[in-house]
Amino acid sequence: MTELVKVGFEEEDVHRPTDTLQGPIVVGQVLSLVKEPQTNGKTINWCQVRVVPEGQEQTLTGDGIDPSGVQGIICGAHNFVEGDKVVVTLPGAVLPGNFHISARKTYGHLSAGMIASVRELGIGEDHDGILVLSRIGLDPEIGTDAMELLGLYDQAAEINVTPDRGYAFSIRGVAREYAHATGTTFTDPASRVTAPAELSGGYGVKINDDAPIYGKPGCDRFVARTVRGVDATKPTPPWMVSRLRLAGIRSISLPVDISNYVMLELGQPTHCYDQDTLSGDIVVRRALAGEKITTLDGKERALDAEDLLITDASGPIGIAGVMGGAATEVGDSTSTVLVEAAHFDEVSIARSRRRHKLPSEASKRFERGVDWHVAGIAAQRVVDLLVELAGGTADQAGTDVGTAPDSVSIELPEAFAAARIGIDFTEEQIVTSLEDLGAAVERNDGGWTVTAPSWRNDLETKEDLSEEIARLVGYDKIPATLPVAPPGRGLTRVQQQRRRLIQALADAGLTEVLSYPFVSKAANDTFGVAEQGANRTAVKLANPISEEQGFLRTSILPGLIEVAKRNHSRGFRDLALFESGLVFLPGGTVGTASIPPLGAKPSDEVLDGLYDGVPDQPFHLAAVLTGHDSPAAAGHTPRPWDWADALDLARIAGDVLGVEVLASQGSHQAFHPGRAARLSLRNGDVVGYAGELHPKLLAASDMPARSVALELNADALFDAAPDVIVARHISTFPVATQDVALVVPAEVPADDVLAALREGAGELLEDVALFDVYAGKGIEEGKKSLAFGLRFRANDRTLTADEASAAREGAVALAAERFGAVQR
Amino acid sequence: MTETLPGAAIPNPTDEAAITAAVDQAIAAIAGAGTLDELKAVRLAHTGEKSPLSLANREIGKLPKDQKALAGKLMGASRGRVNKALADRTAELEAENDARILLEETVDVTAAPRRRRAGARHPLSTLQDRVADIFVGMGWEIAEGPEVESEWFNFDALNFKPDHPAREMQDTFFVEPPEAHLLMRTHTSPVQVRSMLERELPIYVLCPGKVFRTDELDATHTPVFHQFEGLAIDKHLSMADLRGTLEHFARQMFGDEAQIRLRPNYFPFTEPSAELDIWHPGAKGGPRWIEWGGCGMVNPNVLRAAGIDPDVYSGFAFGMGIERTLMFRNEVGDMRDMIEGDVRFSEHFGMEI
Repeated sequence: MTELVKVGFEEEDVHRPTDTLQGPIVVGQVLSLVKEPQTNGKTINWCQVRVVPEGQEQTLTGDGIDPSGVQGIICGAHNFVEGDKVVVTLPGAVLPGNFHISARKTYGHLSAGMIASVRELGIGEDHDGILVLSRIGLDPEIGTDAMELLGLYDQAAEINVTPDRGYAFSIRGVAREYAHATGTTFTDPASRVTAPAELSGGYGVKINDDAPIYGKPGCDRFVARTVRGVDATKPTPPWMVSRLRLAGIRSISLPVDISNYVMLELGQPTHCYDQDTLSGDIVVRRALAGEKITTLDGKERALDAEDLLITDASGPIGIAGVMGGAATEVGDSTSTVLVEAAHFDEVSIARSRRRHKLPSEASKRFERGVDWHVAGIAAQRVVDLLVELAGGTADQAGTDVGTAPDSVSIELPEAFAAARIGIDFTEEQIVTSLEDLGAAVERNDGGWTVTAPSWRNDLETKEDLSEEIARLVGYDKIPATLPVAPPGRGLTRVQQQRRRLIQALADAGLTEVLSYPFVSKAANDTFGVAEQGANRTAVKLANPISEEQGFLRTSILPGLIEVAKRNHSRGFRDLALFESGLVFLPGGTVGTASIPPLGAKPSDEVLDGLYDGVPDQPFHLAAVLTGHDSPAAAGHTPRPWDWADALDLARIAGDVLGVEVLASQGSHQAFHPGRAARLSLRNGDVVGYAGELHPKLLAASDMPARSVALELNADALFDAAPDVIVARHISTFPVATQDVALVVPAEVPADDVLAALREGAGELLEDVALFDVYAGKGIEEGKKSLAFGLRFRANDRTLTADEASAAREGAVALAAERFGAVQR
Repeated sequence: MTETLPGAAIPNPTDEAAITAAVDQAIAAIAGAGTLDELKAVRLAHTGEKSPLSLANREIGKLPKDQKALAGKLMGASRGRVNKALADRTAELEAENDARILLEETVDVTAAPRRRRAGARHPLSTLQDRVADIFVGMGWEIAEGPEVESEWFNFDALNFKPDHPAREMQDTFFVEPPEAHLLMRTHTSPVQVRSMLERELPIYVLCPGKVFRTDELDATHTPVFHQFEGLAIDKHLSMADLRGTLEHFARQMFGDEAQIRLRPNYFPFTEPSAELDIWHPGAKGGPRWIEWGGCGMVNPNVLRAAGIDPDVYSGFAFGMGIERTLMFRNEVGDMRDMIEGDVRFSEHFGMEI
């Protein structure tokens, strides 16, 4: 069946009972049965079973096969008697579970084979002992191949049906596709059923939909047929049981099995009612407020006003196209069966199925679309099988109400398919393909008028027809041409910046990882927004994978810390991790109350609403460092990561983008209160935090003490990056260096003093750097000494010592003015 | 250390034999010096102020005028020879000394510690860049969009009918409250819609990024994964252009031997639609076709949603999973390896894939 893949049906699996079941498995007749009580209290049967017709020779040979044609077999079950015909698995047979049958000594006899139950054969769950063939309506000749008899040589291919092809949920549909794929002649199984052209005088049915969805009536056809004198207890023939089983459907009872079988064959779900339990006309209508129904699965369900129902005088007797009601179901005592074959609206069924979480074989087909025209044929097929297999008699009278939908006509311009597919189709290819689908094709001036087959609700446009033509001609016939795009601009500025940033962090020795954006509310509260009392909003998922992680991240750090923990628990103590990605910051407006329909461009106003409803999602960069900067090794002492490393990385991030990242003493609940820097831009915008994580947070999340972290709003950095960097004049005159040590109050930030020096020194200053911080002996308590190195250089001359000193004095003077700095 | 040779007489600066003997004696001593220190002693003894040659030289002044020139010439040449021998020997001994010091400084280079770590990119991120570069090289541009998205961009604009099973099959994460019609994008296709609304025609864009489905993490599923989708909208594009583009891309990605196959499939946003398979000659367990992604001709309803006239323009679109690509290209056996952030996974790749 792998040919089906050519026309778009992927083969998922092949189901073959013979994969786990091998003969010889034959029909045998119990000649004698001797009950032998055992010391353990059990009684076993010592049976002589004839497996070859009397007077014929045993043609099988092998260990344990008795040439006489009669096998001696021990059996523990008691549901059979002498004379019964049973299924005998002979020595050499293999049963599911890789159970090899052989002759073996047991209970004082040589037991040469087994009398099988359906369970042992892998074809049922019946615990009632062995399979007595007369009880399933069979009286085969002794020696018959029981696997053949039970349909165990049947095979089924499991294929993947795309959601547009409802018709392919049937042998009728798949057979047609198989014919497309292989060129085999297709005979429509529907054509082998003779249904009356018209029906009247049957069971009363009214379609009364006063609330159609999208203007489409919930039910537009209802066929009802009556079969009387049915024996619902008759066994279902094994060939039918086998085919149902291969399709994944359990045998229930003959009427139900027939209904399911016809659904598999023709794609039309049908339902069998016990007509004697119905009262009054059947009415198809929407549910009323407060109505309830107990469905076939025994559950009571509250109905919604949008649910389409099958009702009678007693109330709801089924949720249309989804599941029947328990009160009217066929049972062993049923003798008059009312067969329903109806056509329902896809959307209505889909909604009821979703609402009641009732995915059924019927709803699966109805919500994808069923052929309106096949309902009468399917009903007839059910009737025929009830007559043939259940001994019923069909009423001549019947019911068929509803109106056929208009057939779909599509104009296919002559050159359209060729232009869309890129194959120069011949007229014959086009017409034959479409006719093979079952479409009616009529030539017109500029092309063809194509009437889609009634079972193909997916065919609506000329594009749909092009696909069908391409599919039947073969996608492998499509040539390859390479279109040339207009000259592009390459990566955008931001795309380049993003790459550079990620690469810079990796180049700095960090390892890039990815984490999920799903976090807890607590994680967002801790990491999200620094400002105390700020409104911490986050996007909440309606259906998260875990309720605990039900929010989208407002910070990358919680996920990154989890990754660090995982690595730590796997024995990696020295970690430098980073991640970049979007965080989710909902503002005032979240989403839109409604969304525009498909297939048309919304107005600008509506589009603006859609855009505005989408939460802000800036691109962030975060890093977590724990342990040491490198592995310990002979001759090398690794350095523990500390708060300054986090800051350094933030500065590197700024440097590679050409943006100055300024650090100031920060306060953020996730960080150590004294070791966190607020990161900002020249214009004062805060872009992130860096420093040592809060010791309590680290302890609570089993992370090593002194782990440090960084998070930056990278988008803000990208925005701040200069468009053009203006070159600086490089002076080749000698440098004059001067050092200065200033004593300032301990709480004065070094960076502020440095800024004052820079400002006070004027334009001769080339660079200034803090090279020592000292507090202690020789320095007054509450003060500290900061030592700076200043480099002076002029653009146009060699500076004199006096000029350099004057500039230094200017720098010191401003520091003295601002912070009371005193030179040491 | 002595400054004169004991008992040595002052040679006559005109006595060539005596001077030559002194020179020879000096040169022999220089050659015999085994260390720089020994050489220094030799230098003092033979060229110091009280050395025979220096003393002899000093005698020149006392000589009669007519002998001065001859003696001067003899002494100059003789002292020159000694000085040259000294310089040569000094250079020799210094070179020996230098070589010995360097030898003593020998280390075991195999015991070098790793002081710096080379960082590492996540291979999904590296692969995403590589894919983007191939398309940028073809003149395409890279388009991006939000991960939390309006339902309209994710579904309706892409021709997913409100009650169609295809919509449900996307296993969507919805945002609270559901009435606000926000979700986590289930594919990067909403970026295609945004591109069509925002860009000038023709459009050739690649949309890489994260997407989300409500699958539990296991060896082959993850609720968060990455895709790249391509979209081309132009006049006269056909499925042959789609195939040509995919073939070109596959060859850039997997080499000239790469082959692709299209199989009919269904997506609401394309018509015709196809499944894309790639021939993988190096697949574990032998060469075979591997499902790589989906593609097709843009459904006219999608063009209409973006205000593009489907009678004038046509387009194609395709989409592949980056995780999936990495899995079969680089033989990643378990989805979780790509997700969990174990440093061994990224570090094994380094900056490469």
